[in-house]
Amino acid sequence: MHLGMLLEMAADGMADRVALGPKASGITFAELANRARRLGAALATSPGERVGLIDLNSPAVPLTLLGSALAGKPFVPINYRLADPQLRAIVTRTAPATIIVGEGVAERVGPVEGITYLHRADALALAADPEAKQADGWGGDADDIAVLLFTSGTTGEPKAAVLRHSNLTEYIITTVEFAGSGEDEAAIVSVPPYHIAGISAVLSSTYSGRRVVQLEAFEPQAWVDIVRAESITHAMVVPTMLGRILDIVEADGLGLPSMRSLSYGGGPMPLPVIERAVSLLPDVGFVNAYGLTETSSTIAVLGPDDHAAAFASDDPQVRARLASVGRPLPALEVSIRDAAGEQLPVGERGEIYVRGGQVSGEYLGRGTSLDSDGWFPTRDEGHLDDGGYLFVHGRLDDVIVRGGENLSPGEIEAVLLEHPAVLEAAVVGIPSKEWGEGVAAAVVVSGAVTEDELKAHVRSRLRSSRTPDRIQFREELPFNESGKLLRRVLRTELADTFA
Amino acid sequence: MLPRLRLPVQPGRLENVSLVTKPGGRYRSTVDATEIIVVKAATSPIDLRCGGHPVVAVGDEVPAGLALDPSFADGTPLGKRFADTDSGLELLCTKAGEGSLSIGATPLPLKDAKPLPSSD
Repeated sequence: MHLGMLLEMAADGMADRVALGPKASGITFAELANRARRLGAALATSPGERVGLIDLNSPAVPLTLLGSALAGKPFVPINYRLADPQLRAIVTRTAPATIIVGEGVAERVGPVEGITYLHRADALALAADPEAKQADGWGGDADDIAVLLFTSGTTGEPKAAVLRHSNLTEYIITTVEFAGSGEDEAAIVSVPPYHIAGISAVLSSTYSGRRVVQLEAFEPQAWVDIVRAESITHAMVVPTMLGRILDIVEADGLGLPSMRSLSYGGGPMPLPVIERAVSLLPDVGFVNAYGLTETSSTIAVLGPDDHAAAFASDDPQVRARLASVGRPLPALEVSIRDAAGEQLPVGERGEIYVRGGQVSGEYLGRGTSLDSDGWFPTRDEGHLDDGGYLFVHGRLDDVIVRGGENLSPGEIEAVLLEHPAVLEAAVVGIPSKEWGEGVAAAVVVSGAVTEDELKAHVRSRLRSSRTPDRIQFREELPFNESGKLLRRVLRTELADTFA
Repeated sequence: MLPRLRLPVQPGRLENVSLVTKPGGRYRSTVDATEIIVVKAATSPIDLRCGGHPVVAVGDEVPAGLALDPSFADGTPLGKRFADTDSGLELLCTKAGEGSLSIGATPLPLKDAKPLPSSD
């Protein structure tokens, strides 16, 4: 299947519904398709084999994603926040291509061989021109590359994850009911276009018939204002976004009356934040989603019913599920394996493997990382409970080996975050003469608390080997713009500090 | 374009049997506007019909002179998925039509899928 098929179905089946923008003045699905087809016809004959985008959120994002599909060229959204040398390096790797750019981007990057820049305003004008030629057909085959996404590159050189039309359409048709959204539903999209959640937001909304209102880039007050003004019913946020949204809602006491479903993902959510969210927004259904770029977004969800059941339960095992990512999607298989690749019993920790049509596991120029049976090793550590709930403990590469014992930073971080004074916590391994690796923590605190008190707090809940050897108090932790902790940066800083 | 298999299904008579054994294969009704795409292939060739007549691959010639069979005229709604548990066949309707889908004379049921919470 092909993204062109999803667009054609939406335009056929929901022609007059508003697809994008304000309820009163937005464009319909029929018009979205017309504009994507015009941009698609232009991109098909524009220079280069790919279509890049370096820009904030705007109607150019869905139009370029869909237009590239109809043009038969991969869509390559690039992180506009990268420093100039990194941005230029990624642009060079994207050549030969036409790249749609926001204000000032072409000037920042400068000329690159094989790259033609097209300004956002010109692309949007072309797409809206009723005289412009429209692409016909779907634009290609299911096996064609739909999207190339450069991974966030918190470690080493960024890799370009390959998502084929078959991966993305499998994800959409197995998780989203066609035209399943009510006509009054609207989603706010504030995740950046170069994040997998930005791609899946466009496709899910198009297929379900949900109106999208975009926020150029996340800013908490603007987010809250748009949600209230546009009667937004659905949103997806990363953990750092949610905390900042709650600060505003708590301060002004006005709530988010139209909101029905708030999905969070993209990183571990501290339990205190979600507890605070549930108490401040009691009428909102919360959804925790776990997924990776290489799996075309979500692979497991903890839905509103799961949240409610966990909150209401006295059974510690059921209550613990609040910290899980829910159950794997029905069209997928998940398996927990040891270092030798052998499947582990329920309850035991190992590497999370996943298999299914939405799983790509492929990187440009590096081939597939699926094994011969089609399983993708995620490099995430996790376990399943006997109800089939998946718990994610963090990246395997972040595991601390202290005196031969494997420690998960996520477990220690969760305990630190339970302390009322701790706002943010991160745990990394640092070189230790005695243990090989020692446990170092960095915390952001709101009140008076000492290092010894925090150590005693961890020791009372976990084994002493898991108690941080050293704790650093900081003003803030290093996150990238998607809310992902830059562990490598932190590890280097803490190793230097505590050397 | 996908090949079509011609097999004798009744002694002395040839009938179209659609070979819906490849995911992504696209077929259309010969008597109404219905179009479908194969999501999961059947394990063996299937006599897939719409409006009472065998479907043809999109792009293939549509036989002339056929009419919608009133017994198979309940309609095929856009975006609905259909599944046959015996053969493993799973289809998605990509264009709505008046005819309804069947395997031979047995109606093809809608796939029963519980809606998932929205995560995007």
